[in-house]
Amino acid sequence: MSDGEVLLEVEELITAFDTDRGLIRAVDRVGFTVKRGRTLGIVGESGCGKSVTAMSIIRLLPQPAGRILQGRVMFKGRDLTKIPAKELRKVRGGEIGVIFQEPMTALNPVHRIGRQLSECFLLHKKMSRKEAWEASVEMLRLVRIPSPEMRMGDYPHQLSGGMRQRVVIAMALACRPDLVIADEPTTALDVTVQAQILDLMGRLREELGMALILITHDLGVIAENCDDVVVMYAGRVVEKAPVKELFARPLHAYTRGLLASIPRMDSAPKSVLPTIPGMVAGMADFVPGCRFCQRMERRGPTLRERPDFIEASPGHWVEACPICYAGKEENP
Amino acid sequence: MNPLLSVRDLKVHFPVHGGLLMRRIAAVKAVDGVSLDILPGETLGLVGESGCGKSTLGKAIVRLNPITAGAVHFNGRDITRLSSGMLRPLRRDLQMIFQDPAESLNARHSVREILEEPFLIHGVGTAAERRQWIAGLLDRVGLPAASADRYPFEFSGGQRQRIGIARAIALKPKLIICDEPVSALDVSVQSQVVNLLLELQREMGLSYLFIAHDLAVVKHISDRVAVMYLGKIVELADSETIYHSPRHAYTKALLSAIPHPDPTREVRRMPLDGDVPSPINPPAGSAFGHRLGHPHYEETVGMDMRLVEIAPRHWVAADPCCLVEEDWQKVRGMMNSDVAVGK
Repeated sequence: MSDGEVLLEVEELITAFDTDRGLIRAVDRVGFTVKRGRTLGIVGESGCGKSVTAMSIIRLLPQPAGRILQGRVMFKGRDLTKIPAKELRKVRGGEIGVIFQEPMTALNPVHRIGRQLSECFLLHKKMSRKEAWEASVEMLRLVRIPSPEMRMGDYPHQLSGGMRQRVVIAMALACRPDLVIADEPTTALDVTVQAQILDLMGRLREELGMALILITHDLGVIAENCDDVVVMYAGRVVEKAPVKELFARPLHAYTRGLLASIPRMDSAPKSVLPTIPGMVAGMADFVPGCRFCQRMERRGPTLRERPDFIEASPGHWVEACPICYAGKEENP
Repeated sequence: MNPLLSVRDLKVHFPVHGGLLMRRIAAVKAVDGVSLDILPGETLGLVGESGCGKSTLGKAIVRLNPITAGAVHFNGRDITRLSSGMLRPLRRDLQMIFQDPAESLNARHSVREILEEPFLIHGVGTAAERRQWIAGLLDRVGLPAASADRYPFEFSGGQRQRIGIARAIALKPKLIICDEPVSALDVSVQSQVVNLLLELQREMGLSYLFIAHDLAVVKHISDRVAVMYLGKIVELADSETIYHSPRHAYTKALLSAIPHPDPTREVRRMPLDGDVPSPINPPAGSAFGHRLGHPHYEETVGMDMRLVEIAPRHWVAADPCCLVEEDWQKVRGMMNSDVAVGK
């Protein structure tokens, strides 16, 4: 298979949680595609549904509260929402690798690194213990952990945060997956370590020809590491486009607000930063219509009906709320 | 102008106990010889990676951490060794805002009780006055008046930080130590809180020590920036200077690691491996030179690497591993002539 071919297609996905206030949709008809060998960024603020979307893809939702109500997740010809759990376990960790924000949640504190890493090979590949051990050392070398043979005998707590995340990356990549889902992989790390990890992931992605879904709240990380971007707000995709297009011509008011509100290295010191007033409504209070209008405390018809999701220019999609989508006039 | 806060050669070392008898076997040199000044109305940014000692330093200044050596002068008074009773009246002028307001606000107290506490402790105002002040504080930080009778958990992260700020400004302090106050907030909320801090500074003439790891935020809010590495300040200058002409290799590495929200910009990083070394057993010579694996590291062991004013208002550690040759020659010349000693 070659680059540019669609590897994963998420269509009309709805994921909901059972709560005291009834069934609440955390992800509300979300769709996007990931092409082989490309990096898709999903950006949005806490509670926008970006992590729930990712976890829905591999069906790792909190049980029993979370469930997929509707939609398809097509991965290499199969709908992951429909395949039996046993088959899914082979996909997870085999064809799809996962990296979480906090490496300690992915690592077992009472087992040595070597054992945990070998497990991936023993579970997904037909390898002997010795082969699995050697393959594990090789993986640690690949993620540039110094003296990997020695580290195999360490417990997770003996490693620094950056080293632990490298181990998690090694585990995620062990079986040469076609797709890696990384949920805020560097948020808990320092900038210098973040740069190392992201550069490493980018290099490995190229070498191994994987596709990557990178979930982050950091627009800088998106700009430097992604080919395509999905902007999520309040459980929905409000805009999606190739990365350069999105930063050059943001069409949705939320994307514009988000881009304007980050302090930049060249912004005037101590100047007033543009802000987005208010805050995201609680999930239980989401309106059926435009949720950014809801944040802006607007009244009227835009709150009642969900705006169409339109292709404003080739490859550039936006939720076309008559108030929040100010595209055409300003961007001829 | 006399500095409002003046820190001289401050050290905060924590003992490490171990062995059979739990004797003191080592020390974590979290802050190891830091000197800085903050002027009235000024914001000094303090940046560095986790474990560099920046939070420890902030807490030591308000005396929440024990001071091992050195001195802290606040508003002209030496507060290094004051007892907690003697310190109390000074706390009116010296406040702190924490990263996670959920942890620093008492969950069992209503917002009214939280905001009333500083007035009660310092015995100011009648009940009616305090009521009025609390309403004024809430309004000032942009929270509805009805918030007073609600509890911290009922608020979002950004709103809780506003409560934390309201508490800190209640007694009209002169200096607020802000320890990662916006790090846990979403981008759109972060800019709201940054703007609030800037407005309050202009209105009240506040000084801030703004501790954070996000260099873009620090640059935006600070007049001057100090860069800390492994318990020491390695560079200190006006924020524009730090960002446009950094001299120290660590500052350069830190700046080059920041991801910029501009996909057309070419990414050029200084290659940097490894993590911050342990402050229990720091390298004996140039700490950052050690991480870089600098070929001349050995020669820096035991060397005097104090801060030198390499250009007006621009201080940098006299570390040959971390300066370009031209800067190092200049710094060495200055140290020999003893023009720029101290700070």
